[in-house]
Amino acid sequence: MQSTVEGRVWKFGDNIDTDIICPGSYMHLPAKDILPFAFKAVRPGFYSAVQEGDVIVAGKNFGIGSSRECAAAVLKEMGIGACVVDSVGRIFFRNCIALGIPVIVHKNISKHFNEGDHIKIDLETGKVTNTSMGIELEVSPLPQSLIQIVRSGGLRPLIRKILEKY
Amino acid sequence: MGQTIVEKILSSKFTEDKEVYAGEYVTARVDLARLHENFARVFKILIEEGLSEKAEDIFWDVEKIVVGLDHYSPPNNEKVAEEQKLVRKLIERFRINNFYDINEGVLHQIVLENCHVLPGMLVVGTDSHTTTYGAYNAASTGIGYTEMAYVLLTGELFFRVPETIKFEITGKPQEFITSKDLILYIAGKYSTEVAQYKSIEFKGDGIKNMTISSRITMSNMSVELGAKFGIFEADDKLLNHLRSITDRKFEPVYPDPDAEYEKEYLVEYGDVVPFVAKPHTIDNSVPVTEVSGIHIDQAVIGSCTNGRLEDLELASKILKGNKVKKGVRLLVVPASKRVYAEAMRRGIINIFTNAGATVLNPCCGPCFGGHVGVLSSGEVCISATNRNFKGRMGSDKAEVYLASPLTVVASAVKGEITDPREFLR
Repeated sequence: MQSTVEGRVWKFGDNIDTDIICPGSYMHLPAKDILPFAFKAVRPGFYSAVQEGDVIVAGKNFGIGSSRECAAAVLKEMGIGACVVDSVGRIFFRNCIALGIPVIVHKNISKHFNEGDHIKIDLETGKVTNTSMGIELEVSPLPQSLIQIVRSGGLRPLIRKILEKY
Repeated sequence: MGQTIVEKILSSKFTEDKEVYAGEYVTARVDLARLHENFARVFKILIEEGLSEKAEDIFWDVEKIVVGLDHYSPPNNEKVAEEQKLVRKLIERFRINNFYDINEGVLHQIVLENCHVLPGMLVVGTDSHTTTYGAYNAASTGIGYTEMAYVLLTGELFFRVPETIKFEITGKPQEFITSKDLILYIAGKYSTEVAQYKSIEFKGDGIKNMTISSRITMSNMSVELGAKFGIFEADDKLLNHLRSITDRKFEPVYPDPDAEYEKEYLVEYGDVVPFVAKPHTIDNSVPVTEVSGIHIDQAVIGSCTNGRLEDLELASKILKGNKVKKGVRLLVVPASKRVYAEAMRRGIINIFTNAGATVLNPCCGPCFGGHVGVLSSGEVCISATNRNFKGRMGSDKAEVYLASPLTVVASAVKGEITDPREFLR
């Protein structure tokens, strides 16, 4: 993965929990089969509108609730390039990193973006740009160790590499 | 600069020789990894990433891995039975000694009874209630399956050092008030966001008098307040408890006097009355008097939250000489084989069965709605477990109220939500 993520912004509000991202009744399914149900309660059909590399910008408490890994897996499946949020659920954040989705957390960052804006994120420097509006924001970048995991495509490629030894 | 307990533990496990503070990230060495039936799911990730059929000696340290079958014991359908069969095969193949089969009970309880966790340890588990071990002065928390696969291979994982908040508990509880009432009171007063992504340290003279069992309930429920860790200091009571069950060496961790806390909350234990969390969130909690009289169909005592001897013994005090109301199902699930045996020896199990309760084998029980004691639509349950989310214990048209074992059993006798203090003699 490149050190920059660029794409179209999909804007969400506060408290989008993992039950909204991946409803409990579908959590046992493989990620590709969960797609039609992801965000169904707030934005039905979301998956069909998303393009590879698009970015979710959301308010407070994105991904709070149950620890289900499928919430992060379904975002990866639809090709979400990054999440930029005011605050985030703990285990959801971990799962995103583990699956190779960068999550930028910065207080009130969501107010600088509207749906459909074009966003550019430099993971290494922490520069987040709303290229549609010409707004540049400096946020603290993820630590190098996490950037490495994200750029490797998550923990799975690292796991694969270790298993090659056996 | 002073450090909180979690800052100290994560500094000592950091792969680099450096002290770390809230907000920093570390790659840390894990002391213990615990898995239940979902070991099979983690194994699937390893297979998908190329694990060969013959590879055996692949885990970082099998002595630091604990596995137990507790969610579906014994299995309730063929799919689960196949999954458990696979787990047993994996235990053999990877030579994992610390394995607890379906007869043993809830793994969280077993991990504590057998001292797999000791003060100062960093523990991860594929189960959100892994925070439970904070009662043993350890930093302990839940992680995802992919992360666990990585931990099993490397023994390491990244952590963000969380901010710490302090709950200072002062004073003595009134009679028939338990730590479950205290934690539900805290949830109601400060909401389930109060500890989001933070570490909690519980302190104060109200803690000093609290039994280890009651502290375990607090650490267990910390995750319901959003916490990553819920840690107690290693006081004499804990040290004596640990020394009575293990001779392994350990290093208790105390916060520095000048440690920085993000926020401090003062809670007067004496103010706490029996509390009940109404459907469908934990912070929807109110004094029992506000909901008393609500008809119930089922009552549950058990789980990693309230299935210990202390819980059963307290509940049996109310039940002795009383009967479970006709039409109400009281399910009692001892948290472990050891709890079950001791409750039997003390005559507690007899009190339950004579009163009309159904005593189940030690396991996670009805708590998560996937094994036994599942609720049908329109039913109401009062439960001494940990979550009352919609659909948690079965039908999403059922309602779950959370309470202490005393409130649960008092309600089972009356057939409606009841203040246990009515049974004070």
